[in-house]
Amino acid sequence: MTATSAEPTRRDFLYIATGTVAAVGGAAVAVPLIAQMNPDASTIAAGAPVEVDLTPIAEGQVIKVFWRGKPIFISHRTKKEIDEARSVQLSSLPDPEADKDRVKAGHDQWLILIGICTHLGCIPLAHQGNYDGWFCPCHGSQYDTSGRIRQGPAPKNLFLPPYKFISDSRIRIGEEDTAKA
Amino acid sequence: MMSGHSTYQPQNAFMIWLERRLPIAGLVHSSFIAYPVPRNLNYWWTFGGILAFLLGAQIVTGIILVMHYTPHADMAFNSVEHIMRDVNYGWLLRYLHSNGASMFFVAVYIHMARGMYYGSYKEPREVLWILGVILYLLMMATGFLGYTLPWGQMSFWGATVITNFFSAIPIVGESVVTWLWGGYAIGNPTLQRFFSLHYLLPFVIAGVVVLHVWALHVVGQNNPAGVEPQSEKDTVAFTPYATVKDGFFMACFCIVFAWFVFYIPNYLGHADNYIPANPAVTPTHIVPEWYYLPFYAILRAIPNKLLGVIALFGSIGILAFLPWLDTSRVRSANYRPLFRQFFWIFIAVTVGLGWLGSKPAEGGYVIAARILTFWYFIHFIIILPVLGWVEKTKPLPNSISEAILKEGLPAGASGPAPTVTRG
Repeated sequence: MTATSAEPTRRDFLYIATGTVAAVGGAAVAVPLIAQMNPDASTIAAGAPVEVDLTPIAEGQVIKVFWRGKPIFISHRTKKEIDEARSVQLSSLPDPEADKDRVKAGHDQWLILIGICTHLGCIPLAHQGNYDGWFCPCHGSQYDTSGRIRQGPAPKNLFLPPYKFISDSRIRIGEEDTAKA
Repeated sequence: MMSGHSTYQPQNAFMIWLERRLPIAGLVHSSFIAYPVPRNLNYWWTFGGILAFLLGAQIVTGIILVMHYTPHADMAFNSVEHIMRDVNYGWLLRYLHSNGASMFFVAVYIHMARGMYYGSYKEPREVLWILGVILYLLMMATGFLGYTLPWGQMSFWGATVITNFFSAIPIVGESVVTWLWGGYAIGNPTLQRFFSLHYLLPFVIAGVVVLHVWALHVVGQNNPAGVEPQSEKDTVAFTPYATVKDGFFMACFCIVFAWFVFYIPNYLGHADNYIPANPAVTPTHIVPEWYYLPFYAILRAIPNKLLGVIALFGSIGILAFLPWLDTSRVRSANYRPLFRQFFWIFIAVTVGLGWLGSKPAEGGYVIAARILTFWYFIHFIIILPVLGWVEKTKPLPNSISEAILKEGLPAGASGPAPTVTRG
């Protein structure tokens, strides 16, 4: 459209209509091209909740299970470890969070964590470091007996997976307790 | 490539017939035979040709490797060992490909350093330079994708660390990472898409190389004197002068390449990558390939995860702005005494960052990495703009031939490197 012809013509309408259809069509084509890269149905199915029997895990032991390709740490904490986690001053923590908010009420001895360092994704080693918890060999992050970051470059505490107790000795990882406290 | 001085004369009836329908012989003739190049180009100017050769070599060895490789998380590692042990000359093809990648980066770093030393990015070569930065980014992506394919421990955990950069993006970071992975962790879907892209990108690189060469042939080559050719006395024909010089130095370069391939084929790799990928155990010391180390050091120097990732990408992205950050009108460092010193400091800083990137991120290493990271950015943001205003440059020669004759070289010699650049 030139500056002099104020009146829109049928040709202008055709230009705009064609452009609009092309834009909408382009966006519609982009959706499947992009969406195909997200987890496919088999990956999602394989990422269904897993159940873990806690009875064979001795006090003081940490086991590793896999859920959605991620290592999950299940720590059966001793009284000493729980006390250590609870006696620390919250304000002294880089990512302050109370120990009781990181476990399920009534199951204080069970600490369930995603075993991936929040720095760059390495897997920390259990029962190592200065805080009786985990030590990441990659860049030296140290976590305490609640899985909270205490020292090193990691910005966050170890993340908690969604899980719930289906009995006192059995958990299901991948499903959140709907009746959350 | 497209500049209009086609002096090509078809020699026989068929070529006359073809030239009138598709003037491809004329294009080749004007681009690679009659094309005038500055007569003072030194050996640092041979790396463009070496890079083109290496791209071709990587594509040839890569296509052959794909004939024997299986892009599946359960089979990839064993198929690489199958190449190494069972396939005829498989060991040679794989070592050529893996060391070829390293040689590619050796050549590109020299090529970039030459451009920075002689101011090859300055007006009118800004687009040429930016296309080069794009090529460098594509090379880095291709190298990273290729390194994951053997599906060893370093492949797996390197891919984990690098893809986790994107988790630093606020709000959508985790979704982006899941999208990149095609799962909830690095797995088979990730390997398959990385393989697809690793096969694609070299051809994208080849396409951008065509643009790079096209832009080069429009504006012409820079040269050690940094003054434009003014007459025929300042140039020589591409063939035989540049062809022979490029060919000779390419052969020298190939000796080094062959030395790596035949004598120390795993020197630039990591022993951990001969352990199959294990999602349950992280290697104690993760390091990327040597050519990413300076940027890895910058990432780790910054204590904040998001800012670290921004600094990493910023340290590469800032190269694209170099033509405007360097305010000096004099191109060649040979006539810029202060810039020349800062150039070598910058090279030392980058090499130092590379060394620090290979060290654990603790104690003094982190402090040193912070100082060098600071200097890296200061060089671009403060030193280069300020130097352009305050530096007293040496008088420029009136022409390329005058610059050569001053150095006492016989007329007609295509000019070795000025001695000062032989560091």
